[in-house]
Amino acid sequence: MARIDCNHIRHAYGPHPKSDKDYALKEVHHAFEDGGAYALLGPSGCGKTTLLNIISGLLHPSHGELLFDGRDVTNLSTQERNIAQVFQFPVIYDTMTVYDNLAFPLRNRGVPETDVDRKVRETLEMTGLADMARRKARGLTADQKQKISLGRGLVRSDVNAILFDEPLTVIDPHMKWVLRSQLKQLHRRFGFTMVYVTHDQTEALTFAEKVVVMYEGEIVQIGSPAELFERPKHTFVGYFIGSPGMNVMPVAVEGRNARLGSQTIELPGAPKAGTAGAIELGIRPEYVRLGREGMAVKVSKVEDVGRHKVVRASFEGRDIAAIIGEDADIPADPKIAFEPAGINLYADSWRVEMGA
Amino acid sequence: MEKTWNNKAWFLVLPVLVLVAFSAVIPLMTVVNYSVQDTFGNNVFFWAGTEWFEELLSSDRFWQAMVRNLVFSFIILAIEIPLGIFIALNMPKKGWGVPVCLVLMALPLLIPWNVVGTIWQVFGRVDIGLLGYSLRSLGFDYNYVNDPYDAWVTVILMDIWHWTSLVVLLCYAGLVSIPDAYYQAAKIDGASRWAIFRYIQLPKMQRVLLIAVLLRFMDSFMIYTEPFVVTGGGPGNSTTFLSIDLVKIAIGQFDLGPAAAMSIVYFLIVLMMSWVFYTVMTNYDSGV
Repeated sequence: MARIDCNHIRHAYGPHPKSDKDYALKEVHHAFEDGGAYALLGPSGCGKTTLLNIISGLLHPSHGELLFDGRDVTNLSTQERNIAQVFQFPVIYDTMTVYDNLAFPLRNRGVPETDVDRKVRETLEMTGLADMARRKARGLTADQKQKISLGRGLVRSDVNAILFDEPLTVIDPHMKWVLRSQLKQLHRRFGFTMVYVTHDQTEALTFAEKVVVMYEGEIVQIGSPAELFERPKHTFVGYFIGSPGMNVMPVAVEGRNARLGSQTIELPGAPKAGTAGAIELGIRPEYVRLGREGMAVKVSKVEDVGRHKVVRASFEGRDIAAIIGEDADIPADPKIAFEPAGINLYADSWRVEMGA
Repeated sequence: MEKTWNNKAWFLVLPVLVLVAFSAVIPLMTVVNYSVQDTFGNNVFFWAGTEWFEELLSSDRFWQAMVRNLVFSFIILAIEIPLGIFIALNMPKKGWGVPVCLVLMALPLLIPWNVVGTIWQVFGRVDIGLLGYSLRSLGFDYNYVNDPYDAWVTVILMDIWHWTSLVVLLCYAGLVSIPDAYYQAAKIDGASRWAIFRYIQLPKMQRVLLIAVLLRFMDSFMIYTEPFVVTGGGPGNSTTFLSIDLVKIAIGQFDLGPAAAMSIVYFLIVLMMSWVFYTVMTNYDSGV
């Protein structure tokens, strides 16, 4: 296992990038700690798979360098980097048995057959495939095939990192959950460095210790699930994480107050930095209180999602969402209030710290 | 639920039935009719029973043509299939080279059989043909008109030239359908070029290869026009394949009975081969 450093990595698929727009990956400068479980989260086309392929060596970055434990591997081939990667669609060698599939990466590297057998047996145990070792890989279900893909990575004990590229896309929902918790278990037991690409926030938040949110070729925030939820650094993180996403509304700030239309909202503190540019106030639906006190809204729709209700309303002509308890009632003359702890302020989409 | 029976639906398949009857069933039955009778012309027929079949199956001429045909099919399969795979593997997968290669590959397939025959007939001539003349000039004693061995070489080369493209195109279609992730996974697993071919490309090509083998076998087993134009079945009978022999009997000697019997045996062999291939292919699909 290794620590992975991405030093100022940029990548463009075209041969002669001119402006920032030509870069699929604008600039990534980040370290993946040894033994960490990371999720790369972002919408399709944000560059997360590009970054993953650069780490695995399937792509050579246009600029920047990649270090494994301080050693420059930018120009090494995929094979020399010694990493494992699990793809979106399970890749298995149809004609081989499950056992041979797992043995394949070892045999390719000329490992003696006795060691191969020992390692393969261990891996079969780890992935729970032991009872189907002798079966042809062709006839298995998608989740079993995906386990084989994973197993081919785990079987080499010296891999520097295990990379996952949306590995659960083709798996049935209930198996997704099972596989995800098995992955977490494996991570806890063996301490692999894992990087997990996904566009599914639930997957990212449940799998990873640190979530790396990417947007338009850049990392916009790196943090624990709680940090991403409480303090989104960028309005995109606010939208993207949470269901429904954060309410973001343009405001004018005067001292400790934000004005939106005819309403004045008291901020938890005065913004520390200057408030030039487009100022927006962000508040998650979880921190919007619906009751008889506060600012007037017009409720347009109530969605009952089981554990709670999502109230869609119109506030000063803008859509706003609030989450209320499953049993809570909506008053005839509904008003909303913002919990100060949940208020974030953004200047040009980036979060502004507020003083006490 | 009560089922509604309406026999009017049969009228909808009637046009097809009529078409098939005229295009296949009636001609086939005519052949069956000839195969059990003898005639001396003037539309006078005598019942012959299984006489023609017995004669056919005990004739050396038939079995020699059959062996020649099987050997021919075997040789061209043994060359065209590996060669086709090899070319397909080396064709570009993207860029401007793809359409260029595809068009080049498709060209031989677009040329009518008798034209292919004529091309090679001229190409191989020792007096004016590029191939024949060059071989002669280089000191080879090449002459497809007199030498059975040279005649075979010419006919086989011609078939390879004409039909390898088909194998190439089928294999290429199989190859480009392999997702990139397979090659990426192979890199990560440290697979050699040979291992990639053996465990990724070949299994993915297996189905199209079966189709290629089937088509090439059928076609070469029925081969007529090209060798007929080049060698006319000679020298002697050395390139007289089944269909050439059949036409000789039917049109050359006007022995309708034996020719009809031979047609039926020929037809049954092709039918049986098709069935074998079909069974193998469907079994393969069901993942056995």
